[in-house]
Amino acid sequence: MEAVFRTCAQTGLKVDRQAERLIKVHAVAGVFAILFGGIAAVLVLLTRWPAVHLLDPTSFYRALTFHGINMLIFWIIFFEIAVLYFAGPIVLSCRLAWPRLGWAGFGLMVAGALLINIAILAGRADVMMTSYAPLQAVSYFYLGWILFAVGALIGVCNFFASLVVARSERTYEGSIPLVTFGAATAGIIAVFTLAHGAIIYIPTWLWSLGIIANIDPGIYRLVWWGLGHASQQINVAAMVSIWYLLATLTVGATPINEKVCRSAFLLYILFINLASAHHLLVDPQLSPAWKIWNTSYGMYLAVLASMIHGMTVPASIEVAQRRKGLTKGLFEWLAKAPWGNPGFAGMALSLVLFGFIGGITGVTFGAEQINIISHNTLRITGHFHATVVAGTTIAFMALTYYVLPLIFRRYVISQKLATLQIYLFATGMIIFIGGMTTAGSYAIPRRYWDVQFATSQFQPPVEAAAFLFLGIMGVGGLFALAGGALYVLLTVGTVLFGRRVPDTPGAVPLAALPQDKGQHVPISGTLVLVFVFLASFIIYYFLNWKWLADIWLVK
Amino acid sequence: MSLQPLTGIWWKKVDSSEKVWLGIALVWCLILFAMMPLWHLKGGQNPSFNTFRTTPADFMKKVEAFVEAGPKVAEDKGLPVIAPDPQKEVYMLGRLWQWYPALKLKKGQTYRLHLSSMDLVHGFSLFPLNLNFMVLPGYEYVLTITPTTTGEVFVVCNEFCGIGHHQMVGKITVE
Repeated sequence: MEAVFRTCAQTGLKVDRQAERLIKVHAVAGVFAILFGGIAAVLVLLTRWPAVHLLDPTSFYRALTFHGINMLIFWIIFFEIAVLYFAGPIVLSCRLAWPRLGWAGFGLMVAGALLINIAILAGRADVMMTSYAPLQAVSYFYLGWILFAVGALIGVCNFFASLVVARSERTYEGSIPLVTFGAATAGIIAVFTLAHGAIIYIPTWLWSLGIIANIDPGIYRLVWWGLGHASQQINVAAMVSIWYLLATLTVGATPINEKVCRSAFLLYILFINLASAHHLLVDPQLSPAWKIWNTSYGMYLAVLASMIHGMTVPASIEVAQRRKGLTKGLFEWLAKAPWGNPGFAGMALSLVLFGFIGGITGVTFGAEQINIISHNTLRITGHFHATVVAGTTIAFMALTYYVLPLIFRRYVISQKLATLQIYLFATGMIIFIGGMTTAGSYAIPRRYWDVQFATSQFQPPVEAAAFLFLGIMGVGGLFALAGGALYVLLTVGTVLFGRRVPDTPGAVPLAALPQDKGQHVPISGTLVLVFVFLASFIIYYFLNWKWLADIWLVK
Repeated sequence: MSLQPLTGIWWKKVDSSEKVWLGIALVWCLILFAMMPLWHLKGGQNPSFNTFRTTPADFMKKVEAFVEAGPKVAEDKGLPVIAPDPQKEVYMLGRLWQWYPALKLKKGQTYRLHLSSMDLVHGFSLFPLNLNFMVLPGYEYVLTITPTTTGEVFVVCNEFCGIGHHQMVGKITVE
């Protein structure tokens, strides 16, 4: 298949039309997934909110399974594959290595997603996203996972093959751009993630067909989390790449020292997947030494990587803004940043919420012993809504407002509503996460139909404060759902009815790179921000050890 | 910028302002790491690694022998309430959808509590105390616990185990 290119009038990049079409279909599939997952989110939220308690138990557990898989797997991975098709062939202006295989991969992902969703909606897979053996679903549910994983793996390999094409056809000089480097990190993590998926789902599928007699529940949990947690680490690498990308597009930011940024990505590749141990800290089958080494990503070197990105991204923005003359005091550069641009606002909120809420709670709950007072409570659910929703999803949403004019070549139907969408969603998520995580510290379990225990064998008294926080979670959740619905409306509306972007340079406003006069630019504002972050981290971390010390003795 | 390839020598020396943060972040990471082994040495709450292979049938026998030996001090919602001697091994099993039996313990006494599942994966969560461990079929998990509070605590299953998951609440009384 001969590659056909167009030249982007806005960026000057050569765009392979097949890669562009694949980006479009993956993004559209992602939006379908967030729509499905969002509808289920309404039902789950309104059941978890004790004042409403909408669904019956069967429907609740079914909706929760559907919500988790559509959001955490389909929305995220479809969008990530779209990011890979952008960061490879498009950024490097090369042809896509295997266009036909790209479509085959997409087809497999869609087929897998449909099988899984059909199994859940047919009531044949009320097993949650994790489907812990010996809990068993219908066999085509597991087959769906295998097809989806193979399809995603094809997308990832197509990205790597395109890197080889760009190199051998010399479409660029020097080292690949940072965004491509970050995407390659996500791609490498995706390979071992999806390999874990194959290792666990192939035997589980055979077990569901009766070919294998039994699956050890301890080994299942160990290997499954190599898929389940690691798939969320693909997000981290993809999201950080998007931060760098959006910082460039919105304020013309350039990292101070790419050696630092790239080394941090390398630390992700080496260490981040060890964190699948976070789910196994209070399991019987693993030793404390195993738990401590793995839960700490080998001495927290992947946390170090995130703390580096948490500094280098704002520092690159500060330097760019100061070079534009915004040099007053510590924070003029930040106060006069383009907060009305949804791309910038989303990137900044994603970074702050991922770091301050998701990061701090994640590392704290992932300490081997603190996990005793967090495991399987709403604290965990609160934590990962901060990383995957407030972090990754807001970054993806922010990027969408550039994908629409640059790839779909349609102006967003209302830039004002797009900005409102980001703030509404982020505010809702902050309230939701605050309520959920705090309710979890009263031991309120996750994946639970009725926290009032009306039909339980015993009826434990629940503190009034826990209900208060569940109510706060409910209110915040409604705001976030409104923001999510607005996202779907804006994207679908723009693709169908948006004004076409003309092929004239400057038709899509992109930030110019400020001039580097070779002068040293201070990053004092950024340093203040990162030290505020560190102080919050230290306080929250040691408070949790204090709370742990107050419970019964156990060893 | 992040969208352009880097040419020439781009692996420059790291700026001092970046170095400060790198150094401090690394030290913090090492503190985070050190806390876990330190708590094993000095802290009172650590996940046990006292684990044995078992089968549902074998574990059931042990639980039945434990309930038989008693002393059974009461019956609560159809469950025997056992007030075990701290010198002896204590058993509780999880099954669809019940924790069996109920226990009566003494504050400040240390017990070896054996846990396992008869069927699916369950979560052993003391409510509202917030102490959580996993219970897997085929694995006998021994927690050495010392209650430090009195009153009723409940054993909530906090791992999804099918449609009656939320019915699975057991009871431990401490006096």
